[in-house]
Amino acid sequence: MSKSNFSRRGVLKTGAIAGAGLALPTYLRADGHSGYTNAPGDSGTVTIGFNVPQTGPYAEEGLDELRAQELAVEHLNGEGDGGMLNTFSEKNLQGDGILGKKVEFVTGDTQTKSDVARASAQSMIQKDGCIMITGGSSSGVAVAVQGLCQEAGVIFMAGLTHSNDTTGKDRKANGFRHFFNGFMSGAALGPVLEGEYGNERQAYHLTADYNWGWTTQESIQAVTEGMGWGTTETVLTPVGAGDFSSYIAPVLNSGADTLILNHYGGDMVNSLTQAVQFGLKDKQVNGKDFKIIVPLYSELMAAGAGANIEGVIGSMNWNWQLQDEGTKAFVKSFGEKYGFPPSGAAHTCYVQTLLYADAVTRAGTFNPCGVAEALEDFEFDGMGNGPTLYRGSDHQCFKDVLVMKGTENPTNQFDTLEIVDQTPRAQVEYPADHPMFGGAEATLGTCNPGA
Amino acid sequence: MLGMNAKDTMLFVVVTLMVLLAPILLNPFPTDSAFSQFNAGYPALMQRFVIFGILVIGFNILFGLTGYLSFGHAAFLGVGSFAAVWMFKLLSYNIVPAIALSIIVAGLFSVVIGYVALRRSGIYFSILTLAFAQMMYAIAYSDLVGKMFNTIVTNGETGLQVYLDDPQILYSEGDPKLPHLFGWEMNDSFTWDVGGWSFVFQNGYYLAGICMLIAFYISIRIFRSPFGLMLRSIKSNQQRLNYVGVSTRPYMLTAFVISGMYAGLAGGLMSAMDPLTGAERMFWTASGEIVIMAILGGVGTLVGPILGAGAIKYMENIVSTINDNVVRGWFEFMPDGLADFMVTIIHPFIGKGWHLTLGLVFMGVVIFLPGGLVELGQRIGGLFRRKKSSDTPSGATKPAE
Repeated sequence: MSKSNFSRRGVLKTGAIAGAGLALPTYLRADGHSGYTNAPGDSGTVTIGFNVPQTGPYAEEGLDELRAQELAVEHLNGEGDGGMLNTFSEKNLQGDGILGKKVEFVTGDTQTKSDVARASAQSMIQKDGCIMITGGSSSGVAVAVQGLCQEAGVIFMAGLTHSNDTTGKDRKANGFRHFFNGFMSGAALGPVLEGEYGNERQAYHLTADYNWGWTTQESIQAVTEGMGWGTTETVLTPVGAGDFSSYIAPVLNSGADTLILNHYGGDMVNSLTQAVQFGLKDKQVNGKDFKIIVPLYSELMAAGAGANIEGVIGSMNWNWQLQDEGTKAFVKSFGEKYGFPPSGAAHTCYVQTLLYADAVTRAGTFNPCGVAEALEDFEFDGMGNGPTLYRGSDHQCFKDVLVMKGTENPTNQFDTLEIVDQTPRAQVEYPADHPMFGGAEATLGTCNPGA
Repeated sequence: MLGMNAKDTMLFVVVTLMVLLAPILLNPFPTDSAFSQFNAGYPALMQRFVIFGILVIGFNILFGLTGYLSFGHAAFLGVGSFAAVWMFKLLSYNIVPAIALSIIVAGLFSVVIGYVALRRSGIYFSILTLAFAQMMYAIAYSDLVGKMFNTIVTNGETGLQVYLDDPQILYSEGDPKLPHLFGWEMNDSFTWDVGGWSFVFQNGYYLAGICMLIAFYISIRIFRSPFGLMLRSIKSNQQRLNYVGVSTRPYMLTAFVISGMYAGLAGGLMSAMDPLTGAERMFWTASGEIVIMAILGGVGTLVGPILGAGAIKYMENIVSTINDNVVRGWFEFMPDGLADFMVTIIHPFIGKGWHLTLGLVFMGVVIFLPGGLVELGQRIGGLFRRKKSSDTPSGATKPAE
């Protein structure tokens, strides 16, 4: 049927060409070894990569991160008012870049998709010669990019990622997280919830059906059950569902008196708004006022939910209303540049960039292994969260956690949340081999300098 | 050569040279120049060019030849990558079993989906494939299979990756800890610094490139075979074939499975280049992207899919990384006011606005070049060629009556 005219000469010729093609890369082997990936060498500049979602569901958070990162680069290069460099407990950064090299940056769009985020990070490492990648606004993306940076041999300073897994079972030697996590949210919320709502409640969980939702629910459930609350039901909802009414209607007659929304971003805005429309907030069950709890808050979500958020309790990593010197300095320089207060996502990315720069300065090298060593078990202060520890065994930051509440009578458009409590660091600490964090099997592996 | 006519051989040789020399051809600007931003010759992006090239070449066998628009092709890419990563986890980082299994698994899935979806044609077929793909996406994203057996199969949103404590039963001491072909590491590369340029030749890229050349060759043979002719006749008038007494379904199913296996190969290669995979690879936008690539390059042409895949991946990876600072760098020579003006004009089309640029390019191609980028090439070629007596391109067919 098929025309077959392989001639002996044709096969030989093609074979020879194919063979040469296969052999070429082998011949051209052996990489130049410069000690570590993208070593800046004698050049007067060093490039870092800001890999944030600029489109997609978390674009708002991503763009705010980008603003803060650009601000951090300005401050490192000695432009602007220096922001937190003036309040940071370490005084190694003099505004002359990092180790005397001017800081340059490249940006990329992760679209909140792991594949795209990795492609973008690869481009930063292979094409732009980035020595460090920071940013990200979703735990899935953070875990994916962290894995890539580990393989490529550069440092990853995670942005907004709240899942336990980032520094739990997916922890990596080249990855560092400043943001808090689901477990800490639970530990911080527990006492406040007990104080406000007592210890005889029935909780109903609506959980975003993905890694972050699961770990958050697990953490909150463990805490609430520990203080005597019952769990009526836990329901998984698809991410980006838009309409949650079919999930909220069953809550009304379930006998539960507390609704816990393990949702983030647009999902949380929708589910909370619909819960309020269903009249849950004005309901009375078991002789108690019905309450809604949102474990992870952000300013952008609070703004989206508007008045519905009044009186709803949740937790945060940092808020611009804090009154310490570091926060004031950062809010001032951010506000002067952009005209509005920074979000928690912006804060964590700003701090991560400065912490990296400082670690390089203390290590005296850009080598990821040296930087990692400088960051491990590093104690610092003046970055807005009080005294903070970068734990060496899992590369997670430990600091105070804020418990927030939707403002009852907002005075201006930025006044959406008020601070209820600042849970001290000791209360949110946990051992590195905690079962929710991969147990004893979870390891960082060894640091990889690449090349 | 190798059963191809002179014209196809020429095309194949040109594509081969382009693939082999891509690290040089795609790096036209010296590393330190202002326009180095436009260089695409770094391994990760070149890998994507050829891998998506394979995917769209396969898609083109179904859409371009048979005329069936599958809107769920990303699902096969997804199962292919999951299969490959599972091989890494269970056997070893050697890519041979991984890629073999990814092709087989994608083939099996496409037999089942094709068997059902091909009962309908036109828009109904597209919707059926879309529905299957979304179903598979939902299953993978929530890891429903894993939950059923109380284990991990796709690892949901976090994505599947290889951990240090995975069994890897074929692993022997001294093997690389990253995907390799019998010890030949995918990530190894050789950098050739010459003048202001720096060209990177990476093993993984060449492996993917050779796979694409093989896939391209097979596609040429299918296009020129009696089987390809049958697919073409299904596209032009399936009813007439049925009246003549030809059972078309086995042909369509074969085409569907072949293109599914191409997608599986692409998925396996993606995992081999970067051993992590997630469900979002199967999302419907990913399937839509494949359709756009095919149309942008030129549906039903041999080389169109490769061009389309390259064009879209280039926009996604290059245009999205251009930010205002970079643009300002280009216009430095202008007075301040004018430079700011230029930045303001360009701003909506770069960085987060890359979709807008892509949309405009796509509209332009669909309106002015219905034959895709291939038609553009032909028109430019036509300008420089002497007028020949109407010799029709080999792809075009004349009605029989």
